[in-house]
Amino acid sequence: MSKYLLLVLIGVLLLTVACGGSGSGSTAGSSNNTNGGCAGTTPASAASNVAPITVDGGLQNNYADAAFATVTVCVPGSTTNCQTIDHLLVDTGSEGLRVLASGVAGGKLSPSLLASGSNSVVECAGFLSFATWGPVELADVHISGEIARNVPIQVIGDPSFPDTDVPASAACLSGNSADTFLADTVSVLGSNGILGVGPFPDDCGTGCEAAPTSSNNPGLYYTCSSGNCAVTALSSETQNVQNPVSSFSQDNNGSIVELPAISAAGAAIVNGSLVFGIGTQSNNALNGATVLGVSPTEGDFSTIYKGVTYPESFIDSGSNSLSFLTTTITGIPLCTGSTGASDFYCPTATESLSATNEGVSGSTKVTAFSVANANELNGNFNAFSDLAGPLSLPKTSSVATAFDWGLPFFFGCNVFTSIEGKTAPSGTTPYFAY
Amino acid sequence: MNAMKDRSRRVGFRVLCIGLIVGAFSLSALAELGGGVESVKADQARLGATRQVQQAEGYTVHEMKTGSGIVVREYAAPAGTVFGVSWNGPVIPDLRQLLGEQHFAEYQQARQAQTQPGGRIHRGPIFVELPGLVVQMSGHQRSFHGVAILPQSLPQGVSAEAIR
Repeated sequence: MSKYLLLVLIGVLLLTVACGGSGSGSTAGSSNNTNGGCAGTTPASAASNVAPITVDGGLQNNYADAAFATVTVCVPGSTTNCQTIDHLLVDTGSEGLRVLASGVAGGKLSPSLLASGSNSVVECAGFLSFATWGPVELADVHISGEIARNVPIQVIGDPSFPDTDVPASAACLSGNSADTFLADTVSVLGSNGILGVGPFPDDCGTGCEAAPTSSNNPGLYYTCSSGNCAVTALSSETQNVQNPVSSFSQDNNGSIVELPAISAAGAAIVNGSLVFGIGTQSNNALNGATVLGVSPTEGDFSTIYKGVTYPESFIDSGSNSLSFLTTTITGIPLCTGSTGASDFYCPTATESLSATNEGVSGSTKVTAFSVANANELNGNFNAFSDLAGPLSLPKTSSVATAFDWGLPFFFGCNVFTSIEGKTAPSGTTPYFAY
Repeated sequence: MNAMKDRSRRVGFRVLCIGLIVGAFSLSALAELGGGVESVKADQARLGATRQVQQAEGYTVHEMKTGSGIVVREYAAPAGTVFGVSWNGPVIPDLRQLLGEQHFAEYQQARQAQTQPGGRIHRGPIFVELPGLVVQMSGHQRSFHGVAILPQSLPQGVSAEAIR
């Protein structure tokens, strides 16, 4: 059978397995890539708490399995001095709105109001493979009909705050040099910025209030004078860059990423919804989704696979593949060929696997997932539910202590993210539910 | 710590807690994966961390913790050479400091070769596997994990899996 025919057959079989169903009981070879038992898999229709999202390859058409939203940022209190910014990465693995200055036409939104005197507060936020540097600005953030008023956001790539201002010792750089590690262009980010809607209300907690010289302060926030920047202590957690959802006047206890099931062969463009609030409106009820509490410091839960527990697992729409274990443990060969190929698994035929996710309060959810041969996926497509790779190298398998449930996990599965400190149905926040 | 205990039980090592040293050192020696115990103390000073020393069979583990929640474990051979380092925490520690200039340069060069300008964007775990250096890291904001190993410097009878 040709590859093409096989993919078509898989697609037909998948369409036959109704995405609203439990997804269980698929026959061998159907490579059912819906996530078993998810509560609802049809994205919510338009409403005041629903923002459309799209998986379309990003601004450069090179960013598979990344979901993007559009927000409008306004000078606080204004409804006219606003800019609408599309293609912001929807990220359940971080908190806060970070927009490229190039996406904010006309430059700064407002003078930074966080620091007294002429010094602006500037943030350097570290991610796994890059950091974002730029001033913290206050803005009204409009998403769908929701508004987060007067909240700190980060503007990145602002020419008034050049990369050369970042101290070499800045925590965000983790030793890397600013010129290679800072993400301040569309070509690096593939987006106009990041919309962090993870399980916390802000990006630092109380640590950023500690004295700048204290090891309690993780060193995210700086004040600068004539290009000399030093870690500063913020006076309250509300000055941290905020998860905008937690600042809404309603529907502020979390959000739901809703993406429809797609065929195992993938899709060019997938449209879905980012729904705000959990159990606050008729369109955001848990509907029987299993609540998985996460650790209040890290936001992690456990994944159990073949009897072994991986306790630092997480659901991260900002990861654009599923990542788990090593080739020696899974027995699934790595891809070969082009640069970066070994980041992915290349089984001879799509593998249908199952793991159990366990929240910190002990609730469990059996979760089916699929691993396709990444080299055989259609390079013209941007959405795949079965794009997966290892979390670790064989030599470092001892630190493969997590499953990274990236965006492929979200297709066909509404994923609820509740925010620490808020009240949400059926569990103690922070939690994920699906 | 749990992982360490599990490992100890599984392999049958008897881990003895030798002592707890609290406070910052002000040593000027540069840290070095492949360096000696002095480099461990330099890392501790740089992190502003407390340090706990554990003796395992065939190696010593220096576990450092900062107030912000960064945990760094450095694995030293009997002669004192650091052959591995692991970390976890809300931010990634200074890898130039932990790996040392030479190994960090090797790491950066390998990372650069992996990242093609204009190539497909991949956000996920990071791997570097060179004959003399293995680096792996994963996680998300508030919860990063990683390890760096000098495979050729592992003490006799100690596997890379000991480093966690």
